[in-house]
Order: sequence, then C-alpha cells, then structure tokens
Amino acid sequence: MEKLLDIENLRVTFPTRQGEFEAVRGISFNLGRERLGIVGESGSGKSMTGRAILRLIRPPGRVEADRLEMEGRDLLGMSEREMQRVRGEQISMVMQDPKFSLNPVMRVGEQIIEIYRFHTGASKRDAYAKAIEMLQAVSINDPERVMRAYPHEMSGGMGQRIMIAMMLVTEPKVLIADEPTSALDVSVQTQVLSIIDRLVRQRGMGLIFISHDLNLVASFCDRVLIMYAGRIVETCAADQLHQARHPYTRGLLNSLPRLDAPQPRLEALKRDPAWTLAPSVSGRI
Amino acid sequence: MSSLEIQDLSVWFGHDENRVDAVKGASFAVPSGASFGLVGESGSGKSTILRAIVGLIPTWSGQIRVDGAPLGKKRPRSFFKDVQMVFQDPYASLHPRHTVDQVLGETLKLHGFKDVDTRIAKLLEDVGLGQPFRFRYPHQLSGGQRQRVAIARALAPEPSVLLLDEPTSALDVSVQAEVLNLLSDLRESRALTYLMVSHNLAVVAHMCDETAVMKDGEIVEVMGVEDMRAMTPAHPYTRHLLDSSLGYKPSDAQSA
Repeated sequence: MEKLLDIENLRVTFPTRQGEFEAVRGISFNLGRERLGIVGESGSGKSMTGRAILRLIRPPGRVEADRLEMEGRDLLGMSEREMQRVRGEQISMVMQDPKFSLNPVMRVGEQIIEIYRFHTGASKRDAYAKAIEMLQAVSINDPERVMRAYPHEMSGGMGQRIMIAMMLVTEPKVLIADEPTSALDVSVQTQVLSIIDRLVRQRGMGLIFISHDLNLVASFCDRVLIMYAGRIVETCAADQLHQARHPYTRGLLNSLPRLDAPQPRLEALKRDPAWTLAPSVSGRI
Repeated sequence: MSSLEIQDLSVWFGHDENRVDAVKGASFAVPSGASFGLVGESGSGKSTILRAIVGLIPTWSGQIRVDGAPLGKKRPRSFFKDVQMVFQDPYASLHPRHTVDQVLGETLKLHGFKDVDTRIAKLLEDVGLGQPFRFRYPHQLSGGQRQRVAIARALAPEPSVLLLDEPTSALDVSVQAEVLNLLSDLRESRALTYLMVSHNLAVVAHMCDETAVMKDGEIVEVMGVEDMRAMTPAHPYTRHLLDSSLGYKPSDAQSA
C-alpha cells in the first residue's frame, strides 16, 4: 500500500504542576489512500493525535516521535515556514464546529481565495473561479451568494461544507477531520459525510476521521484505531468493529442504546486500570 | 404524581414582521408516571416547548395543564416545586463560583426546606455522587458528574415532573449510559413523569414510551416505542430521521 503518513511512537506531553502529563503515549500507525477512523472518549488523545501531525500543539506542549513522515519527508524536523506549506497544501484539517473555525469578520469567499492564493500564488480571477468550483463540489447551489456572505449568515451544515471546500481547494493529499459532523443534525450529517466520502474517493486522498461515534465510524471508514488514555488499545477493519474483542471497545459498544434491541438497563463501562498500562497496539500495516 | 397535557400550544418570538413562530399548535399528553420524548432537528421547536412549559418564554398561547389544572401567565409557587428542568449543557448550567453545596442549598432554601443539610447529603447519595463531592466547584467535576449535580438540583424540591432537555448529548457514550440508567432508576423510585427532548432516536427509544416527532415547529407524528423499533413510521420525515440514525450508507454518496 502506498503510504502517505507514517507515524511511529508519537508522544504529546504537557508539563503541569503535578509533573508531565502525556496526552498521547507512544502510538504508531500509518495512512494510505484510505479512510482511517480514530475513536475514543473525550480525553483519549484522539484530537491531540490529529493536531500533533500538523504540529499544532503549542509550547509548553511537546510533540515527539521516532518517526513522523509525510510521503517520506520528516515533519518534525521542518522549520515553521516549511510547515506552513504542509498545512493546507499537503495535509488539511476540518474541525468540529464551523462557528469557531471560520473567520467571523471575513466574507466566505475571501477566506477561500486567501488560502488558495497563499498556496498556489494564483491570480485573483483564477482563485475566484476555483473557489466557486469548490463550493459547487460541496453541493452549494448558489456559490456566488455564499462567496459574498459572512459566516454568521450560514447554517451549521452550510458552514461545515464551506470549511470542507476551503480545506480541499488546495487539493491536499491527506484530510484530517476532527468530529466534522458532531455539531450537525443527523440528516445534515449524512449530507456532509457523503460529500467528504465522494471527494476523498474521487481525489484518492487519505482521510483520518476522528470521532466518538462508533456506529458512524463503523459504517464510514475502512479501518479503525480505538484509543484509550493516550494509547491505541485495538485496531480492526471498520466493518469488523462490532466483533471487536478488547473489553474497552466492547464496553463502548454495549453502552450505546439501540433501536433494534431494547434493554432495560444500559451497560455501564467498567474501567480496568490494566488498560492504561497495556502497551499501545500498532496501527501500522 | 402529575400528568402533563399540552393543547394547541404555539410559541413565537418577536412581533410584527420579525415574528418567528417557533412552535405551531402542538398538542400531546403525558400520563402520570410516563415518559414522553420529543425529537427533531435543531430549530424544530422541541426545546422551545420545554422552555415555554417551565416559564422561560412568556410569548405562548394554547393550554398547558399540569395534573389537569391549566397554567396561567403567572405560574403558582407550587408549579416550580412540581415541575423542574435539567438543561443540556452541564458546563453552562451550573454557576462556576458556587460549590455543589451552595447550588443545592440555594434551591432547597428557596423552596422553604428546613433540614437543608441532611437533604443535600441525601440528594448527592441519590444521584450517585456522595459526600466527597459536596464542597467541590463545577470545574473540579467531569461532565457526567456535573450533569448528576444538575439532576440533583432538579430533584431538590421533590418535583413530580422532570423536563429533560438533551440531558446526555454533551457526554461520552459510556457516561451517557450511566446518566440514562440513573434517570431510569430515579423515575422508578420517585414515580416521576418525564418529558425528554433529544435528537438521538436510540436514546429516546430507550427512555420513552411515546415520542412526538417535530419538524418546523409542528408535530408531524406521535409514535409508540414499538413502531419506532419496528421502523414503521407513518410520516416520511420520521422515516428519514430513522434512516439517518442508523449510520452512514455509501449509497447516500451517489444521491447527494
């Protein structure tokens, strides 16, 4: 398999008054042209993993790894200037809530044009045409109007589609989507997912899909990493997720209420301290 | 125990050309001791119904009856003892500079209880927190623990009706299971009546006997839990919601 990202022994550490806190504790995985899901609870380190790849962890937080490579190029050794070229151009990220990731005082169009021109140096006219094309690609029917609008005039679903358009306009090879649909209604969620799905397939991109929703990941991704307390406790093919064996994964699955199988009480997750101590499972293939 | 009846309830915001009708002629009845769900997308008016019932929105028309007695514009003191609400976001609904003890103590004092101290201890016990949490501030609690405090506060005046506005949507699934179990236990032990808003159909199916589906301020269908589990809704919009709740199907990508 062609490798886009190759990560070995990734650690994210924050100094605190009680000593060092390791949010991500030595995880390894790689990413090809596939849809890789990372699931876990809040605080399991899944978002930190996504941010660490783009080196978006601010000091005093530290990112360390034996290997953090994008198509064979070492990301950790790059200067901040080189890194700016990677962010958005090679690897893009869509965050959870479009309300907080779009600039509220800039028109939507300007924001898309800015990122495109920064990375390609295209003329304003070309950038405008490209932005329109991209908005159409995310199923926005009246791109000219949306280009002139401010983010607060857009609904959540529209905002998230704009984010996706903005992140994909430079045609990156990897998209990191951190809970891209958690702030959206279920039916809008389906639309946004299908847009991501179609674009990722068409362009042969690699996708890291970070989510806490097990059913969603099972139905949307190809492969899944399950994280607990900063480590990977299990990996499996997404369609095998319901047969997962690790007690943590089983516990998460069983704690979900189900439409088709009524139960008088939900199973509460019993945490085993051994899960925290067990070494990380490798997600490299 | 109290029953809750809503008849032809309309709620609006603003007036004249700026008027928005958030709820249009909603009617449903929750028998005493039952659990009723309201589902729909954001903006469908489901939370607005709860807020109108509890008195947070003055601009409504129609009838709201608690235990057969219609509510006027000014709610009697006994209403606030009888009907309590749990809000969606436990990070926003607790005072950041009040300890758990202050939060519960204030509610108890306002409702004229004398044995505040023993009641606080009992409430914390009931929601599974216990004494060690009594003098903590909200920032020293996890999301699930905060929601337990919010539930304890709602239970403090010994209500018979709880209005639950997405009580678990800000929580992890494992914590959600604990909070939903707690709510089921409390309903049983205290014979509570629940009116629960959620966008998660599986959660509503787990908790409620009957569910109203809302769209654009109107109730399009009231459905029993068996119909929901059997996926046999009467209205196409409900069908659409049920389908979306099952996860992602690649075939959707072609149609989008």
